[in-house]
Amino acid sequence: MADTKYTQEHEWIRVEGDVGTIGITQYAQEQLGDVVFVDVPQSGRKVTKGEACAVVESVKAASDIYAPATGEVVEANAGLADSPGDVNAEPMGKGWFFKIKLLDKGELSGLMDEAAYNAFVKTLG
Amino acid sequence: MRYLPLTPTDRRDMLGVIGAKSVDELFKDVPASARLPGKVPGLPDHLGELEVERAFQNYAAKNVSPSTAPFFVGAGAYRHHVPSTVDYMIQRGEFLTSYTPYQPEITQGTLQYLFEFQTQVSLLTGMEVANASMYDGSTAASEAVLMANRVTRRTKALISGGLHPHYRNIIETTAHWQGYSAVAGAADPEGLEDLSAKVDKETSCVVVQNPSFFGHVCDFTKLAAACHAAGALLIVVVTEVVSLGLIKPPGEMGADIVVCEGQSIGNGLGFGGPYVGLFATRDKYVRQMPGRLVGETVDADGKRGFVLTLSTREQHIRREKATSNICTNAGLCALAFTVHLTLLGEVGFRRLAELNHAKASELADRVAALPGVKLLNDSFFNEFTVSLPKPAAPVVEALAERRILAGVPVSRLIPNDPSVDNLLLLAATETATESGMGPLIAGLKEVL
Repeated sequence: MADTKYTQEHEWIRVEGDVGTIGITQYAQEQLGDVVFVDVPQSGRKVTKGEACAVVESVKAASDIYAPATGEVVEANAGLADSPGDVNAEPMGKGWFFKIKLLDKGELSGLMDEAAYNAFVKTLG
Repeated sequence: MRYLPLTPTDRRDMLGVIGAKSVDELFKDVPASARLPGKVPGLPDHLGELEVERAFQNYAAKNVSPSTAPFFVGAGAYRHHVPSTVDYMIQRGEFLTSYTPYQPEITQGTLQYLFEFQTQVSLLTGMEVANASMYDGSTAASEAVLMANRVTRRTKALISGGLHPHYRNIIETTAHWQGYSAVAGAADPEGLEDLSAKVDKETSCVVVQNPSFFGHVCDFTKLAAACHAAGALLIVVVTEVVSLGLIKPPGEMGADIVVCEGQSIGNGLGFGGPYVGLFATRDKYVRQMPGRLVGETVDADGKRGFVLTLSTREQHIRREKATSNICTNAGLCALAFTVHLTLLGEVGFRRLAELNHAKASELADRVAALPGVKLLNDSFFNEFTVSLPKPAAPVVEALAERRILAGVPVSRLIPNDPSVDNLLLLAATETATESGMGPLIAGLKEVL
């Protein structure tokens, strides 16, 4: 998955054309434990890179999700309302959070690729 | 810890250690101009306990207390009979001394009564979920507007002219500092207002009261539909919770959030507080609800137990992203509410409501029969508005001098509006008797 990038806050973004799909990583879902609720942003909302724009709530904690890039939300994962457990089961698949239309793909160059992210996670012990 | 006052010897020894001759000398570095030369003019000297008790008894005797005079005051706080069992129960040490549970699961008793309280509030209001209480009805109303703004992601609240003016003030104060708009309708003594046409795509919520501040009993079913068609929420405020024993619950009218002042059940007038706010909503909005929420579950052995649930809405977990900065509730008042309502039971509560309405109906008939007095209500519960042939405030003052508390002049809550000057709000609860009603009618005859 060469087109998938990762942040230090454990979000991933997968780019197809000018649309990026955003979710949280396998490591993040393991740390959170059972996810019970996800608050996703509405379509049409403009988000800025680094802005808190979603909330994932587990049995242990509630955490903010930050936009990995600037853009406009084009779709939110409606399925999470009824089955938030998708985030645990398939964090990189069915458990995606929202999609944004990217304003500047160049912003992604500062993010980690899979190998760099895996190395980063190892440093966290 | 014992409190032992200093003896002159103690004081002399202490001054000796630091080398000062007198206590006054300790203040010598304060410029003379900033020091009081002697006693404060007009302030009495300190008194002994017996004298203090006497002084305060004299102050208290200046009040005309509800239990010692004909009493027809309402306007958001109502005098009801609270059985002595309530006071006995809430004064048990386990209840009286326990603070809001921050380590909740070890205080199962507190959680259990709050769970019962929530259940009662849900049933009364006809809603799906209720929290563990707010500080009072007015702050609960303000929180309801904030919640509607979060749910709808809009920032314009429409406020009914039938809402208690103090509630409106609280909402407007919060609106000012939170940066949203609260558009209030004109005072509505006749109960003719229909806000349906004013709801638009920018409206987050409409706030109405039932019975209204002026006593009108309304059905908001159509208004609820208009709100929902525009994507707005309907907030129904109830300041006299006993009315829910007779009136269709707001939940059945389609309300999205219901807030009540719960004082009438279990709690005395107490000069305006502490009271207890009731807050109920729909399941689908529960994550945007403010306040604490107790849930029922089972423990590891499968036994029934209680937990604070959905705490991630709350400030001790979500900090600045919490739904509200309320981290507590009106626990003891909520307990009094629960004990009293439990004692009444469903049938007793309905009978209490019927009795209230019967007393108020009798009062309305007798007051409206006085020359020049007009009843403004087609419907009411235990409070109604009459128009007098002269300004109401001096009438109430004149009767208060005769130790008759003849209701609330509307001008007291809506000042600077000449159109309400002659309007008087009168309430009669189950506590009203002929020994109160007779003197009121006679007194009104004399001063009108």
